[in-house]
Amino acid sequence: MIKRIFIALVLVMLAAMFLDLAASYRENTSLSPLGRYYADTGPAELGAANLVTSVVVTYRGLDTLGEVTVLFISAAGVGLMLRRERKKGGGNGGENGDARMRIHRPASEIVETATELLLPMVILFGIYVFLNGHLSPGGGFQGGAIIASGTMFLLLALPESHISRLLISIMESLSGFSYVVVGVLGVILAGGFLDNRIMGLGTFGSLFSAGAIPIIYVFVGIKVGFELSAVLDRFREDSDAT
Amino acid sequence: MSSLPISLIVLCSGLGLILIGLWGMLTQRNLIRMIIGFSLLDTGIHMVMVSIGYVTGGTAPIIDAAVPAAEAASRVVDPLPSALVLTAIVIGLGVTAVMLSFAVRIYQAKKTLNIDECTESKW
Repeated sequence: MIKRIFIALVLVMLAAMFLDLAASYRENTSLSPLGRYYADTGPAELGAANLVTSVVVTYRGLDTLGEVTVLFISAAGVGLMLRRERKKGGGNGGENGDARMRIHRPASEIVETATELLLPMVILFGIYVFLNGHLSPGGGFQGGAIIASGTMFLLLALPESHISRLLISIMESLSGFSYVVVGVLGVILAGGFLDNRIMGLGTFGSLFSAGAIPIIYVFVGIKVGFELSAVLDRFREDSDAT
Repeated sequence: MSSLPISLIVLCSGLGLILIGLWGMLTQRNLIRMIIGFSLLDTGIHMVMVSIGYVTGGTAPIIDAAVPAAEAASRVVDPLPSALVLTAIVIGLGVTAVMLSFAVRIYQAKKTLNIDECTESKW
């Protein structure tokens, strides 16, 4: 009972704080000095039409590298937590898996056909989103999430399909490593770590522009896509085991 | 300008979501519901952050035919909070995935999702 009163008290106090915050809120009428700097110098300096992308990938590129690292660690953590236990001693893991997977009810005709039809388009759309991250809303993380939703499709429609763990780890490590290599190239060839001006900026607003930003986003997109697919696959395998 | 600025609506919904999420995390006994509470809290914080970056009459910070580079500073919303929210969403996703995997493990070990059953680590 005391606990309940305490919780209610905390929430009421927090609500009072928020009310005060909302009551004194005034909408900005101009950009903050930092935002103004990004809007003024960003397009000419980095050549990216999407200012958010130029902030995410270059001005605060180190944050993004940390973000990719956090995502990697959490994917690794999920992998560790949901590691498949070999309950039936002596049996090969693969055989066990097959035996369990046969219990699955197959997906309906509609889901299977729709997946066959839509899966290539979903993956293509994901690639489109991360390739155009510097021009339009989108980017590596969004594109990667779309690709992972394609994987989700695949797992729903064909529960027995197997995603190669080896392929996932190779692609993930390679793209993460290349991301860091591009960052270090920035130190050698341009102004600093993750500087995108290691190559020509190209014509503003075209696909091949903004220096290294599309390259970095391709790596981020591939990495995020494979990582999230691995997480989904882990959860799927775990539901088989129980 | 209408009487109620749009960013105030987003701000208030965000603050409301934070409260609902916190309430869910504190009062619910089911692990999945607690995780949903966390997600709501997370989303609320994102909405608050985005609303703070809004500039009256501003548009998306993308330079194109509609928003020439010369007028960018006076016509776009602040790109910095958007970039931070982008980061925060991904981190939130990672944290949620780890929490869900914990929930799965607890369910495997105890055959229940009720947090009251997990008494070993209770103080």
